Parts: sequence; structure tokens; C-alpha cells
Amino acid sequence: MAASEQEILEGLAEIVNEETGIPTSDVQPDKSFTDDLDIDSLSMMTIVVNAEEKFGVRIPDDDVKGLSTVGDAVSYIQKASS
Amino acid sequence: MSAALTAPQGAAHARILGVGGYRPSRVVTNAEICERIDSSDEWIRERSGIESRRWAAPDETVIDMSLAAAGKAIAQAGLQPEQVSAIIVATVTHPLQTPSAAAAVAHRLGATDAAAFDVSAACAGFCYGVAMANDMVRGGSAEHVVVIGCEKLSDFTDSYDRTTAFIFGDGAGAVVIGPSDEPGISATVWGSDGSQYDAITQRASWIDVRDHNVEFPTLTMQGQKVFRWAVWQMAPVAKRALEVAGITADDLDAFIPHQANMRIVDAMVKTLKLPEHVPVARDIRETGNTSAASIPLAMERMLEAGEVKSGGLALLIGFGAGLVYAAQVVRLP
Repeated sequence: MAASEQEILEGLAEIVNEETGIPTSDVQPDKSFTDDLDIDSLSMMTIVVNAEEKFGVRIPDDDVKGLSTVGDAVSYIQKASS
Repeated sequence: MSAALTAPQGAAHARILGVGGYRPSRVVTNAEICERIDSSDEWIRERSGIESRRWAAPDETVIDMSLAAAGKAIAQAGLQPEQVSAIIVATVTHPLQTPSAAAAVAHRLGATDAAAFDVSAACAGFCYGVAMANDMVRGGSAEHVVVIGCEKLSDFTDSYDRTTAFIFGDGAGAVVIGPSDEPGISATVWGSDGSQYDAITQRASWIDVRDHNVEFPTLTMQGQKVFRWAVWQMAPVAKRALEVAGITADDLDAFIPHQANMRIVDAMVKTLKLPEHVPVARDIRETGNTSAASIPLAMERMLEAGEVKSGGLALLIGFGAGLVYAAQVVRLP
């Protein structure tokens, strides 16, 4: 069974926390990875690859550019895993 | 039946007998790089871990730098240049299509009868050279092989490209590989992925320069693509190198990956779950990414700084344009 949005958000928050040290509670759907969370492109690639592994999805480089907020990433992962 | 051929008799094993590096004298700071790109010292340090790099003088060539590094390695090995039977220069920045840099290095060293050729395997070039030298010594086609990694990347860097201008540096590193009673170089795990041919590439061919009047072709790199590949595809290669060497990460005395980017090095260490007691080469801080030269330069620095002792086991892994990669475990000179 595919993970719920809440489960994906929690899982993603853990990955972001592990890579950047940002508290999981700050990783909310409306937050922008670059503007609010100050995550650079290399950390973003690390987060993407860990998310691919955790959720069993594939996120091509070209699609990563379209994921500006945490909510975008959650929706993308949910769609890709369903 | 025709006459039987005599098969070559090689050495039972091979090892690295000496290492030497050459760093050009000119230190180029991030501040100087930022005179031409919209960036900052802080941004460059965060993204790459690079604080400064060396650039060769305008009249200093790949051949000059190779010669300096090779001379040191041969002296450390306790050999004379005339005892060198082959010279391999791994480089992508020797600016003549032909002849090779290696032939000039052999002549100027005084290794007058040595076989000499260049290898084009970008940032994996040094490890490719080590693999071949090991097989040449054991196969009987050479007794002492000098493997040089040398780049003058400043000649092929677009100093106005904010994604690559700060990365590259110049330098040379060399090792001498010769016969040994004990195994000193493991089997090499190597390969290529030409489906990513354009991930790191010269912008245009020389024919385009001639026929279409395009600008001098510098190097371009798809940074995020390369980062992803390096971190997640190279860790399994490094693990396989340990397996074929018959050791575990716990047995290592040093990890000397190609100095592509400090962030790649950090991520690799994490993905490999390298034990904390294993020192990791971080020469990129003051050297930048010197492609084929980065591993022998980092090796020399770690030995000189006492971070690892002579005789220790080091895991080497090179990866770069092609894309190509190679990893092996060596006993340090």
C-alpha cells in the first residue's frame, strides 16, 4: 500500500533533518527548499536520492527542478508511488 | 608446426615504490576567482570545500609539471631514470593531439628507451594508469613503470562560468610501480558509462573550432548529474574494490578518492560507512580539483603530513568524464 501524505511528509522531514540538521518540525508543506529551508543544490540531490530509496520512486534530475516546496515533493512522491 | 614463441616472464607481484607531487607556485584564492564570476568565498567553500587552488605559469606545460613529479617519485623509489621501462601520463589537458606528453617526459627525464604514451580517462586516469602498470610489471612487458597524473586545467576552464570556474586547479602527481615479493596492488574494479558522455565534456570539438568559428572549447559539467552519479554509483564500486582485494573497510589505513568536490568526498564516506579511524584525503581544500593529478597529490600530502604511514593500505577511486571510473587498493610507498 502506498504511503499517505502525512507519512511521506514525516519520512521526508527525517531525510532533510539527517542531511541538514533542520528540525523535522520546520519541514512543512508550504516551505520552499531554497528560500525557507536554505537547502543548496547538492544537499537537494542527497535528499532526492535518499527519498528515492526510502519511498521506492524514481525522481529524474529534470523533475527535481520543479520541486520548489516540501509540498511539491510530497505530492510528487505520492503520485509516483501510487 | 611453426616455431614456438617465448612467453614473457613477469614479476610475481607489483607495488608502488615511490610517489612525488608537483604544485605550481601560484596560489589562486576564491576572492581572485570571484573577480570574474558573481559568487563569494563563502558560497564556493560551502559548495565545494575549496579555499584556494594552484595555477601553473603561462609558460609552464603539462610536460614540465609531469617531469617535476616524476623526478621526485623516481628518486623516492631509489631508481635512476634509465631504469624506467615505461611512462604513462594520464591527462586531458596536454594541448597537442599528437605527440604524447609521455614521449617528451621520457626524453627529458633521461629514460631514453622507455615506452611512453598518454591515457585519456579524465579524473579516473591515474587509477587506470596504476591498473595498467600493475599488469605490465606482472605480465613482463615492463620492469619499472612511472604513472603520472598531470593537468593544466586552468587552460581549459571558462573563468566566467560560475558553475565551474572555482573548481579546477593545476598540478602533477606521479608514482613508480615495480616488482614486489608481496601483492602491493589489488585487482582494479573499472568501467565506463558512455550514456552520460555529455555530463562532463569539452564544449566543442577542434573541428567545430576550425569549421564553425566557435570559441576556444573549455570544459563544461552538469554538476548535479555528476554529483548524483559520483556519490551513489561510485560507493558500490569502492566496496567491490575492497572485496576483490580481500579486505574490509576496517583494514584500511587511508581512503584517497579523486578530489572532485569536498561534498562528494563527504557523501561517499557516509555512503561507504567508512570507519572513523580511517583518514580521508581532503587535499581539495588547497588544491582544487586537479583531475588525474588529484589522487597522487593527495597521497603524497597524506604521507608527508604523517596522516598515514608508508606500507599502509589505501583505497583509491577515480571517476570522471566519459563517464569512466576505476578503484583499487594499494600498499603505500
